[in-house]
Amino acid sequence: MTSVRIMRTRDWADPVPPARRELLTATPEIADEGKPPVLFVPGFGHGAWAYAEHWLEHAAARGFAAHAVSPRGHGASAPAPKATLRAYAHDVVQEAARLPRQAVLVGHGAGALVVAHALARYPAKAGVLAAPVFGGWGTLGLALRRNLFGTLPAAFGGRLRLGRRQLFGRELPDAQARGYAKRVGHASAKAQWELLRARPPEHPVGDPPVLVVGTPDDRVVPRTALDKVARRYGGAPLLFPGMGHDLMLDARWQEPIDAILDWLEKDGN
Amino acid sequence: MSTPTGNERFDPSTTLWRDGRPVYDRRDTVCVVGAGASGLAAVKNLREHGFGVDCYERETSVGGAWNWRHDRSPVYASTHLISSKPFTQFPDFPMPDTWPDYPHHSQLLSYLERYAAHFDLLPHVWFGTEVVKIEPADDTSWDVTTRSSGGYGSERTHRYLAVVIANGHNWQPKVPTFEGLDEFRGQTMHASSYKDPKELRGRRVLVVGGGNTGCDIAVEAATAATQTWHSTRRGYWYLPKYLLGRPTDQVNDRMQAARLPLGMRQWLAARTLRLTVGDQSRFGLPKPDHKVFETHPIANSQLIYHLGHGTITPVPDVRRFHRSSVELTDGRHVEADVVVFATGYLPRFEFLAPEILGADEHGRPTLYLHAFPREHPTLAVAGLLQPDSGLFPLVHWQTVLIARWLRLRDRDLQRAAAFWSRASADVGKRWNRARVKDSTRHWFEVNHVDYLRELQRALDELSPATATTARSAR
Ligand SMILES: Cc1cc2nc3c(=O)[nH]c(=O)nc-3n(C[C@H](O)[C@H](O)[C@H](O)COP(=O)(O)OP(=O)(O)OC[C@H]3O[C@@H](n4cnc5c(N)ncnc54)[C@H](O)[C@@H]3O)c2cc1C
Ligand SMILES: NC(=O)c1ccc[n+]([C@@H]2O[C@H](COP(=O)([O-])OP(=O)(O)OC[C@H]3O[C@@H](n4cnc5c(N)ncnc54)[C@H](OP(=O)(O)O)[C@@H]3O)[C@@H](O)[C@H]2O)c1
Repeated sequence: MTSVRIMRTRDWADPVPPARRELLTATPEIADEGKPPVLFVPGFGHGAWAYAEHWLEHAAARGFAAHAVSPRGHGASAPAPKATLRAYAHDVVQEAARLPRQAVLVGHGAGALVVAHALARYPAKAGVLAAPVFGGWGTLGLALRRNLFGTLPAAFGGRLRLGRRQLFGRELPDAQARGYAKRVGHASAKAQWELLRARPPEHPVGDPPVLVVGTPDDRVVPRTALDKVARRYGGAPLLFPGMGHDLMLDARWQEPIDAILDWLEKDGN
Repeated sequence: MSTPTGNERFDPSTTLWRDGRPVYDRRDTVCVVGAGASGLAAVKNLREHGFGVDCYERETSVGGAWNWRHDRSPVYASTHLISSKPFTQFPDFPMPDTWPDYPHHSQLLSYLERYAAHFDLLPHVWFGTEVVKIEPADDTSWDVTTRSSGGYGSERTHRYLAVVIANGHNWQPKVPTFEGLDEFRGQTMHASSYKDPKELRGRRVLVVGGGNTGCDIAVEAATAATQTWHSTRRGYWYLPKYLLGRPTDQVNDRMQAARLPLGMRQWLAARTLRLTVGDQSRFGLPKPDHKVFETHPIANSQLIYHLGHGTITPVPDVRRFHRSSVELTDGRHVEADVVVFATGYLPRFEFLAPEILGADEHGRPTLYLHAFPREHPTLAVAGLLQPDSGLFPLVHWQTVLIARWLRLRDRDLQRAAAFWSRASADVGKRWNRARVKDSTRHWFEVNHVDYLRELQRALDELSPATATTARSAR
């Protein structure tokens, strides 16, 4: 319970303009009133589709109403070449507030940063940050070392291309990895730049429990960054060795989502 | 409806006594009076800070003023917001992007219903239960007496840790008295009972009062009635709902964000109005007797339009009534069939001894931030504000402050005492840099920026983080 910023002149005088958004949903067969709805937020370049592959149906099978939103400019949402992080966070809060009950927000990659910003504006039931990319120049350094030619243009406002070997572990069949990597697009140049500048998110409102999950073998998010984000929220990351950055698409996608849902059943409620 | 009244559901395990009546102990729980926008925000934010809450609502559903099904609801069929969406929504529960800049009152009701469902507030609200008395108990707790709204059933008293009064201030009509009103043969009504332009069709209508209600009803009469007079006792600044292509309040906030001094903003606003609306006296309106922002803002684009089309005739104040006409202060007589008094509403706290809220000689409470009475740290009023913007953001943070304040009181008495003595010095202070016109309605008029800045300061003082830094700095 730290202090909050209540003067939001920018949001009052210059609200984020609306944009059409894609929302994918998986509904449990037997609705369980005790389980909060879960809203998944993809990382930069990904869309709601990334969750529709496995996690949405799996969460629904375990009794959670599961939704995935594509922030503007992503997936099948309206194109938004000038979108800012603020607009992405707006999209997430809009979708969360449309759900019938207080939702859990789950963000992956830079989507975790979007979720962190959204948590400062919407009192979520709980927050989950999966392989969070909170940005900063360190992120760029690592990305450059791992994938010079995919990353370099992004540093100058161009498009960031993550290689499939950055995103997936070795267990994922090559064809599948190639297929996914082809679907990955990119966020707006402005949002990428904001990611590098790394304005730290404000404190969450309503003090929700926050879980950080990741993998020590992530080639986008170094272990130290995982620890740092987890410490921010007063915990340690939950680790899944042997996986790539895209936890929800990799061969062993079920382990992290089960751990997240277990945690929601225990602590997140 | 078969909702149990609040009185039937508690297990009255601990019974205390007061003047020979039993008092059921709800000691760790906070009582909230009213389930309108303010009461719902109070319930949500108190729950979020870990308090148990019992909320009493005399109607059978949520929404307060915005629920047109309630007999006392002041909204009429055409009511749309005057504050645009970003100023009207709760800061942590935005209205849908697909809604217009100025939603309709039915959308506001559905918004409040969704808010209550989303945050699971309904289990804490006891409908059809009216609070009839709130009295201090021997310590700092409160005895709250309720009865079912129908008047049947007996009264019950519960003891609470604290009470938040969110009973609204737009339901008790302020009805003016005039000489000759008794002999007047036309129909008179207060705006609170006006619902639909059908009531005016084919009749000659006089609307009294230049608040937002008066202007809205005059505009409705302009298309329904055969003749419309609009009587105001002073000149006002009629702000259009859009200025420079944006909702007017958003344009105004850009100026406030730039921290332009008040005088400059007033000049700029007057200038912009002059350039867009033009010289108001051309429409037969009196010149305002005050600067912009010195009366509660009127947001209405259509009034000037109808004045320009001659479908509304502006007239001065009413002097007295006759059998078949109304006499105005300029000596003119208008022969109206219907007179609508849009003269505003009166705050009411009938369940409370007036001195508890530090009432002055006019019965107006004297509070810190229009919320906290000097002598009673466990009592607060939520929503007793007349902001120059929407109410919801203000009342959201106000109820967060109340919740934090009550939390601090049970965690750190020393810091609580320090806060209280600082706040006591600001009891009765007005949060408005503009010199608002002295009128019966302006004593709780606040500028949203001035008010929120003070709320921010108070929240910072109460936040535990500031406490630790302050301590380690010592
Ligand atoms: C025509 C009109 C238009 C308006 N337009 C705007 C606008 O555009 N923007 C804006 O921000 N505001 C507007 N307002 C102000 C409006 O009053 C607030 O938005 C808001 O409804 C106030 O909420 P509240 O909860 O404080 O009071 P209310 O909505 O009045 O709710 C109070 C509740 O308390 C209950 N209650 C009262 N006494 C008792 C008791 N003794 N026991 C139990 N229950 C009790 C009542 O039944 C009611 O449900 C408008 C007002 C009017 C009249
Ligand atoms: N569309 C909307 O969203 C909307 C619509 C209506 C109301 N509202 C809100 O609801 C609240 C109440 O508004 P309201 O218009 O009903 O009331 P109000 O703001 O109190 O206005 C009352 C009007 O009546 C005048 N008046 C008061 N007593 C009088 C008397 N004895 N003789 C002659 N005139 C008298 C006042 O003049 P003075 O200037 O001298 O005080 C003022 O012009 C306000 O917050 C308002 O913004 C919003």
